[in-house]
Amino acid sequence: MVMDITSHTHHISQQYNIELEAIRTHLSEMGGMAQRQVNDAIQSLIDADVERAEQVVRADMKVNTMEMTIDEECIRILARRQPAASDLRLVIAVTKAITDLERIGDEASKIARQAIAMNKDGLAPRGYIEVRHIGGNVSRMLQDALDAFARLDMELALNVVQTDKQVDMEYSTAMRELVTFMIEDPRSITRVLNIMWSLRALERIGDHARNLAQYVIYLVNGEDVRHSNLEEIEENINSKE
Amino acid sequence: MTPTALVEPIKLEVKNLNLYYDQKRALNSVSMKIPEKKVTAFIGPSGCGKSTLLRCFNRMNDLVDACRVEGEIILDGGNIYDKHVDVAELRRQVGMVFQKPNPFPKSIYENVAYGLRLQGVKSKRVLDEVVEKSLRGAALWDEVKDRLHDNAFGLSGGQQQRLVIARAIAIEPEVILLDEPASALDPISTLKIEELINELKHQYTIVIVTHNMQQAARVSDYTAFMYMGDLIEHDLTDTLFTNPGKKQTEDYITGRYG
Repeated sequence: MVMDITSHTHHISQQYNIELEAIRTHLSEMGGMAQRQVNDAIQSLIDADVERAEQVVRADMKVNTMEMTIDEECIRILARRQPAASDLRLVIAVTKAITDLERIGDEASKIARQAIAMNKDGLAPRGYIEVRHIGGNVSRMLQDALDAFARLDMELALNVVQTDKQVDMEYSTAMRELVTFMIEDPRSITRVLNIMWSLRALERIGDHARNLAQYVIYLVNGEDVRHSNLEEIEENINSKE
Repeated sequence: MTPTALVEPIKLEVKNLNLYYDQKRALNSVSMKIPEKKVTAFIGPSGCGKSTLLRCFNRMNDLVDACRVEGEIILDGGNIYDKHVDVAELRRQVGMVFQKPNPFPKSIYENVAYGLRLQGVKSKRVLDEVVEKSLRGAALWDEVKDRLHDNAFGLSGGQQQRLVIARAIAIEPEVILLDEPASALDPISTLKIEELINELKHQYTIVIVTHNMQQAARVSDYTAFMYMGDLIEHDLTDTLFTNPGKKQTEDYITGRYG
């Protein structure tokens, strides 16, 4: 049975409605937090803004705390309500999603640390265009994945999965290019590596955003689409409509 | 209606079953297949017809005056509503356990031996053997082996319920019908009954009616959801409780108002 956006508000138990609504709201909040971390990290790298980068590193703790809080709420619901069907899928999707969001927070602070390191090692001679471009794509993916979660929008979720493929490709192109550059100018290796680590972190954020999108598909129609290719996922979504 | 994944041998098949109490229709052309040596659970709100359907499987509804049945239930190839069917023999094949334990006012031993005595078995050796085997089968032997000749009413509710199950399996039925077998029991006795169901399914086809959805989820292989006399959905328990196909099922198992 395909889940719609209002379905968890119709329980006989009002309290249960409130509890399920709470984990959804808190997930959105945590998502917003992670999103801000990612954007700030990218910006701090591009602007060589150490102060902003340090803020990102400090704020990662808030994301971690939020993960633990939501986890606890989900465990409580499992223990007390024994959720079934779409309610069960919601709780499971949320517990999985917060793990990815927490990792996204970690990756954002990795990028911020690179920004701080580059203040010491000097700016990289190459790679900023790639950071801006891939960073923009990844940030939009995360935004879309979170929107898809909030609206239970499978089309948008599918979009995120598609974009991830593109990001992976752009990432390997950028890697090749930067490796070539390092071969030609070995003195730049340390500085270029800083950028490469950041690109690597962005690519990982894209993967986590894709995971979030896959949980949305599971939540809405009950199909586990991890490790499926794009065509299989599309087919799956269309067969349920 | 039959789950798509159902490939097991079929023990019981319900075909277009209608049941009326006077003018009121209680079952609306129900069709389903019950797989052999599996546990099938019926769930649904009060008055949905799940107990009524269960009672059809050994023609308990024959005892209700105004009850009229149309359609067929096929047990091992024969329609149990055929007029040549010996109902006593049918009930030997299809045993039943009720919500409230109903031991006879006799000793533990005599309760279990009752069915065999009725069949004319006199040999003490045979009776002893069957009583022990049945009590072991019902996971009660260790608790009562030293007081087999005490009155059955001295047992706790949970023990009485297992005694009744022992009595049911003593005559070696093929199907066991359980009508809310644990609803009058405490949680520990309930778990013992559920554990027992798990054991029994290796030998018997089990059909259980329960109001406790978590119980259905725990013990059954297949679950059928009924509503107002209709069979709404019948599927693998794993599927029905994680991703049901019908909105009515979803609303019921998640506690929503439709």
